Amino acid sequence: MPDLLIELFSEEIPARMQRRAADDLKAKMTDGLVEAGLTYAHAQAFSTPRRLTLALEGVLGESPTVTEDRKGPRVDAPEKAIEGFLRGAGVSREDLEIRDEKKGQVYFAKITKPGRPAGEIVAQVLEDTVRNFPWPKSMRWGAGSLRWVRPLHSILCILTDDAGEATVVEFDIDGIKAGNTTQGHRFMGKGRFAVSGFEDYQAKLKRDFVILDPQERADHIWQDATNQAFASGLEVVEDKGLLAEVAGLVEWPVVLMGEIGEEFLDLPPEVLQTSMKEHQKFFSVKNPKTGRIERFVTVANIETEDHGATILAGNQKVLSARLSDAKFFWDNDLREAKAGMQAWIDQLDNVTFERQLGTQAARISRIAALAREIAPKVGAKADLAEQAARVAKADLSSEMVYEFPELQGLMGRYYAEAAGLPAEVAAACEAHYSPLGPSDAVPEAPVSLTVALADKIDTLTGFWAINQKPTGSKDPFALRRAALGVIRIVLDNGLRVHLDRFIDSQLLHHKISLNRKKASEGEIDTLEEVLDQIGEFGVFGAAFRAVIDKLQKHDDAPDTGEGSLLRTVGDLVPDLSTDLLAFFHDRLKVYLKDQGLKYDVIDACLMLDGGDDLWLISARAKALSEILKTEDGENLVQGFKRANNILTQAEEKDGVEYSFGPDARFAEVPEEKDLFAALEAAEADIAKANKAEDFTAAMEAMAKLRAPIDAFFEAVQVNTDKDVVRRNRLNLLGKIRDICLQAADLTKLEG
Amino acid sequence: MVQQTGKPRSFQEIILRLQAYWSEQGCAVMQPYDMEVGAGTFHPATTLRSLGSKPWAAAYVQPSRRPTDGRYGENPNRLQHYYQYQVLIKPSPPNLQELYLGSLKAIGIDIALHDIRFVEDDWESPTLGAWGLGWEVWCDGMEVSQFTYFQQVGGHDCHPVSGELTYGLERLAMYVLGIDHVMDMPFNDPDAPIALSYGDVFRQTEQEYSRWNFDVANTDVLFKQFEEAEAECEAILSQDHEDPKTGKRIVMAHPAYDQCIKASHLFNLLDARGVISVTERQAYIGRVRALAKKCADAFVQTEAGGHAA
Repeated sequence: MPDLLIELFSEEIPARMQRRAADDLKAKMTDGLVEAGLTYAHAQAFSTPRRLTLALEGVLGESPTVTEDRKGPRVDAPEKAIEGFLRGAGVSREDLEIRDEKKGQVYFAKITKPGRPAGEIVAQVLEDTVRNFPWPKSMRWGAGSLRWVRPLHSILCILTDDAGEATVVEFDIDGIKAGNTTQGHRFMGKGRFAVSGFEDYQAKLKRDFVILDPQERADHIWQDATNQAFASGLEVVEDKGLLAEVAGLVEWPVVLMGEIGEEFLDLPPEVLQTSMKEHQKFFSVKNPKTGRIERFVTVANIETEDHGATILAGNQKVLSARLSDAKFFWDNDLREAKAGMQAWIDQLDNVTFERQLGTQAARISRIAALAREIAPKVGAKADLAEQAARVAKADLSSEMVYEFPELQGLMGRYYAEAAGLPAEVAAACEAHYSPLGPSDAVPEAPVSLTVALADKIDTLTGFWAINQKPTGSKDPFALRRAALGVIRIVLDNGLRVHLDRFIDSQLLHHKISLNRKKASEGEIDTLEEVLDQIGEFGVFGAAFRAVIDKLQKHDDAPDTGEGSLLRTVGDLVPDLSTDLLAFFHDRLKVYLKDQGLKYDVIDACLMLDGGDDLWLISARAKALSEILKTEDGENLVQGFKRANNILTQAEEKDGVEYSFGPDARFAEVPEEKDLFAALEAAEADIAKANKAEDFTAAMEAMAKLRAPIDAFFEAVQVNTDKDVVRRNRLNLLGKIRDICLQAADLTKLEG
Repeated sequence: MVQQTGKPRSFQEIILRLQAYWSEQGCAVMQPYDMEVGAGTFHPATTLRSLGSKPWAAAYVQPSRRPTDGRYGENPNRLQHYYQYQVLIKPSPPNLQELYLGSLKAIGIDIALHDIRFVEDDWESPTLGAWGLGWEVWCDGMEVSQFTYFQQVGGHDCHPVSGELTYGLERLAMYVLGIDHVMDMPFNDPDAPIALSYGDVFRQTEQEYSRWNFDVANTDVLFKQFEEAEAECEAILSQDHEDPKTGKRIVMAHPAYDQCIKASHLFNLLDARGVISVTERQAYIGRVRALAKKCADAFVQTEAGGHAA
């Protein structure tokens, strides 16, 4: 069976697209071939900066002949219908067969689709693949209309038979005719050459200085780089992303190690690393004894007479220019840091965070105030937390962060250290941005996590206050990430905080800032008083009513009527707060789902007491999820649902709520009496377990109801003719509902 | 004939060699456009001529101004006034990469000794409503040119596609000549009777313009001139295609485009003066882009733009 080799040779393909493109070439070609009946034994795809290559082994020489029986009209059908069938099937009347079916005699046509030679199918599938290739961005060139990632120059497409004889597949697209030739390295290759099969192709490419397999290039780079570093007692800092990118920038990797000027070695290692990686795509080489980055590795695409001396000198020079800039920034920044960073903080007064939400300075004040409130709840010193919040974003004004935005926070830590600030404060400067993603480390130090929470809650409440919530795939301010950050900080650290209070007070903060210009002094004073009282009352609503009640005793009380600012804010804050909490719940569900908890299980635990205590929700949901895996748990749910169905139907029918306590005196049978006893025990046990926050015990106590509930339904008919007994039994079911609800809202469970 | 072997000795020799090389490749060697522009792309020989179906090949030096980059002549490689070398060929020839590499050889870069790389860099000009795909070209880790296949200009799809090469002349020359500070670079031959460095020619003007750009330029006047350029551009384009005096069809794409260039430069000056806020910035860029698009619309109505007479 023949082998197929295809190479699409073009101008330089962006490194970041190569891997995906090789996979797409393989998928589109093999899917197309198989669909046309051309199976194969083995497929491999490769990429270099200038080529995508597909090698298929054991391709069928031609697609198999396919025969199909097609059912036609009945023999006595109108002539027109029969003619239509003949046309559609492409056969003549003599070829038809008549078969006896239930409804009478029916025509059948035997349609034979002859097999097609592999070359013909390959050409067709390749044309479709090239024309519809899923490049992230593609272009036209010259006067043509073909699209490719960069100009496509030649196509190699051959079928090699078992004897090793190659045949060019007849194919051309927009003037590019497939052949059996290609070329090697742009500078070191010796021009075009013909190939007879994949092995020959790969060997000749290597002879002409092209390593086809990107993995082989990456391995070579890594091997050579670590060897060179090792020989000098150094080690290369691993960076898989960079390695893959660099392997996509060269066809013939030549690893060169160079020195970093002495004057730059005292720069923070992250600055050296970032500057070298971002601008030059250099690897960093570390001295394991000092932990300093002392050299770099660059990967050239050419072997030269002077063994890379000119190339290395050029790269070193470019690096020096870059690092001179970095050092200039670092020295200037350090001076500013040692002077206390006040100038940086002042500058943030002129930097807009968001048009409506005001300047970075205003934002920092809000975060600092919130950090003070959060601190005592999470074991942090309020003064330190506030201080950390005030300096945590100062580095945004530094020159280094202006040049390398990705170093924000990290530079903040260095500068806070240089300023002689307490270690907890410096740590918070770096850690308060965390976690940035689902796998990023979560801050653990009390001051750091306090500022991290305050920062994220301020951002979320701010965008909620100006109605810029994420919609669909649009989340330009990364609010989902912020909410997930809060969730992970709370859960990973086992924090017990009631979010409502912080959400309320920060929403009010924003509303005060947003209205400061148009509101009267009295109105602002009133709102600020409410802000002060939220700590006391725990939530906005109660604090707001208390303040308004007090004010209304005075003659000059501010307007609280319909449409007044105070009324609007008073109505809006609770709504926004509820909505934001629901957003947290949604994110929590997504997060816990990844840990194996189902949505409905979490739903069953959301709306109980403490719905703003994320740790509590998660602990409950985990306990419920466990109990549902037991037989008792599973059956309890069925029993509960049965009870609940009977109850809700009766309540609907009778128009009353059966929530009066049932009376054990009306119990008629032993099973009914047992249920009374079991409910009493469960109620006490659940209450005790809830108090101790032992949710496993609470769920277990609830699950113990399974047997008595089952027995009860087995023994009695709820809807009896005796009205007193019926009512009492419905109230008993009501009690089941109430008691279970102390542990989890089982009505939310699916199935 | 310009000598084309060995190492060049001065800034101007590099320019002259590029001119000779691209002249030999058949380009019309044009002169700089006589207006202030931010980059060689703004020259109508690129912006307008990349539109429409007519073949084109041009090469030229373009003095370019970026007021915000002024550093009073003190920074080793930042200038508010610098030179770009620009080549535009339509349709882009299949051997454009080889032609480009030839130009590096012409200015004394031995490509067997250096590491030349084409690194993804897509180009976009929000003010011109233009974009293309291509690379920045690296020589031993330094960006020496920008290489772009134009896909859209002034909102029009490019058919055929132009290939554009842009060399940052100072940076390239400093590399070839081994100079660390731009002001130290020999402008003419260092053995000439009156040898001039880049600093001799430009240090003072860099100082003067830096001061004017950053602190002195009258922003009220600049704002007013921006409005006037915008209004004039639109007024020109609103004229009837038929000239009432000569009775000929004369679409005034170029005069209108001059006003667009003017508006663009005025915007850059205002930006350097720091009087345009982040949100306003987008709005101003959008206004210039709107002009560029209208000029492009007008150009394709002209003969040079492929309009059948």
